[in-house]
Amino acid sequence: MQTIQDKIGHFPRQLEDESIYILREVAAQFERPALLFSGGKDSITLVRLAQKAFFPGKIPFPLVHIDTGHNFPETIEFRDWLAKETGAELIVRYVQDSINQGKATEESGKYASRNVLQTVTLLDTIEEFKFDACIGGARRDEEKARAKERIFSVRDDFGQWDAKRQRPELFDMLNGRIAVGENVRVFPISNWTELDVWNYIKEEKMEIPSIYYSHQRQVIERDGMLWADSEYLNKEADEIPFEATVRFRTVGDMTCTAAVASDATDIDVIIEEILSAEISERGARIDDKRSEAAMEKRKQQGYF
Amino acid sequence: MDILRIATAGSVDDGKSTLIGRLLYETNSITKDKIEALESASKRKGLDFLDLSLLTDGLIAEREQGITIDVAHIYFSTPTRKYIIADTPGHVEYTRNMVTGASNAKVSLILVDARQGVVEQTARHLSIAAMLRIPKVIICVNKMDLVQYQESTFNAIKDSLAELVAQTTFDGQEISFLPISSLYGQNITVNASEMPWFKGNTLLGELEAFEYASTLAHAPARFPVQFVVRPMTEAYHDFRGYAGKISSGTFKVGDAIRVLPTGQESTIATIEKFDTKLSQAIAGDSVTITLTTDVDISRGNTLVLASEVQPPQLKDFSAQVCWLDHTALSPGKTYLLQHGINTTKAKISQITERLDVATQRATEGVSSLQLNEIGTIALRTAQPISADQYAANPANGAFILIDEFSNSTVGVGFVK
Ligand SMILES: Nc1nc2c(ncn2[C@@H]2O[C@H](COP(=O)(O)OP(=O)(O)O)[C@@H](O)[C@H]2O)c(=O)[nH]1
Ligand SMILES: [Mg+2]
Repeated sequence: MQTIQDKIGHFPRQLEDESIYILREVAAQFERPALLFSGGKDSITLVRLAQKAFFPGKIPFPLVHIDTGHNFPETIEFRDWLAKETGAELIVRYVQDSINQGKATEESGKYASRNVLQTVTLLDTIEEFKFDACIGGARRDEEKARAKERIFSVRDDFGQWDAKRQRPELFDMLNGRIAVGENVRVFPISNWTELDVWNYIKEEKMEIPSIYYSHQRQVIERDGMLWADSEYLNKEADEIPFEATVRFRTVGDMTCTAAVASDATDIDVIIEEILSAEISERGARIDDKRSEAAMEKRKQQGYF
Repeated sequence: MDILRIATAGSVDDGKSTLIGRLLYETNSITKDKIEALESASKRKGLDFLDLSLLTDGLIAEREQGITIDVAHIYFSTPTRKYIIADTPGHVEYTRNMVTGASNAKVSLILVDARQGVVEQTARHLSIAAMLRIPKVIICVNKMDLVQYQESTFNAIKDSLAELVAQTTFDGQEISFLPISSLYGQNITVNASEMPWFKGNTLLGELEAFEYASTLAHAPARFPVQFVVRPMTEAYHDFRGYAGKISSGTFKVGDAIRVLPTGQESTIATIEKFDTKLSQAIAGDSVTITLTTDVDISRGNTLVLASEVQPPQLKDFSAQVCWLDHTALSPGKTYLLQHGINTTKAKISQITERLDVATQRATEGVSSLQLNEIGTIALRTAQPISADQYAANPANGAFILIDEFSNSTVGVGFVK
């Protein structure tokens, strides 16, 4: 039988070398960098890369989590475990606090989520700690606006991305010079694909939150997708939860990530599933479906 | 698995984005939901065919105007290798974005519209491919469907480019010509049914067959120190490691090294990659090196092998530049020069000449270099840089110029 490695080859190690190079540039060029940690596989990969980049030293910047309050409990548990395991400093800030302070307003309706709201908390956190660089796990293959972004992406003091003002970025030379108030979003795994990430997790034998693997869960069906039932999901009368065997291909909030029916209990099967999937990873992100340009518009507002 | 980086080039509307979309489509790299999104976006635009350029033109402004403004990075894999494609804009105005996309490419696909033949952008992009020393250029004569797939049209374009190609190319650069139709998928991944007269490989066939034997591992060894690792924990109390990515050459445990610019000497004790100890590491590897003796090394220093040819310490030198900013380069002005990870002030003492890309002729006595212009300058840096000639060692011969006030990257240079 063909193995996964026969089909997709070994993880291209050149990508790891390039990402480590980028992380070291961040540590050297900025005074107060932070790694934005979401609990998803991409940010877990970033943490792994940061561990490698500074070994045997500790990761020289904190992990920052913007907790929407709608996270999967498994994600939160994993986050705390990982911080302990790596000895990295963990900073958590809550969207609920921004709501309580009147800075953000809860959305209503059945599609309500806190995805857009987290930008408010993120920008406040950047200001609170005076972070000049925020490292994120976005990949260019995820979405067409992301495909356009530089590795060092300069944001103004409102965190806004201006696609027309992007700096030329040549060879591997990264220019992190900014004016006071500006900050840089850094994307070390820009050139990795979804499959590269899974292949890396496999080869590195990395731990990931349990919800990436098949499990039993109460879900509802909406718009042809399976949504995790939770107290945060606004359901209509005819949306009746039922139990299903599912897993998550991408992990965001409980209110905006769809599950896929799956029996995959190990990583080889996950990779097989991705290879034969008819929809892309972001197809399961309800937040992206709002409009064709949803991502670019959110980025203009300071989103990752 | 290895990676091949490719960049598109050519004038606006020559079909670059369509070509990349087609390549992805024919290699089954587009998922169903994305094809459905393309179908509905094409319909909204009133088209009766699948507009594959919409796959890469991801910005709102690009979709509205139907043009590419900035580089999109696109990925696909075959069992042979992983491909990273930079789909670049064709407008002269956005050349800086084109250069951004092309700087890492090993293959440049320069598109020519079969109806229009060679235009100024063809010349500009051939010049840029030469300036960056991109090892392979495929000149894709596109829209062959609109010239009835005539061999004579293809040959005429090939002939008209012969002189320009001869003027721009360098030793070791491979240049080939390919007649295609991106819209109808002729010669992209399957041999063109409409052009039986063409006996060459398809585009994908050429890419799959291209073996880029990097010469970098055999070039003199250069290791710029990015970060000094000093854990100061109990377990690693005296550990002092130099972290960086090897630009060129090979380093082995036991090698005698010299630190530039200080000139101190030592010997490599260990080469580490996370928790594994290696006996050697080559160009492209991100590693941490420890030395047998205590030497004072900080970020920006370069380790080289004591036994090899060392890079000169340049302070007054000449370089080819491509200007990337709306504010022109003017002699006498001070910029920040970033060579690899190292930054120093630099003053442009003179613009020696400007290149006319269409004729490949140099004009002397110019007073400025405007956006997208290529020229040769003389400059002087505050601190010496340990740079090689770009042609001899591309990994250690390029630099960028940064405006001290806007902080923007305003130019790219190549040490002569
Ligand atoms: N007839 C024909 N039209 C093409 C071909 N390739 C691209 N086009 C059309 O040319 C226009 C410009 O294509 P686009 O890919 O956006 O060009 P770009 O500016 O080089 O990226 C679009 O209307 C395409 O549909 C081709 O091979 N044949
Ligand atoms: Mg285009």
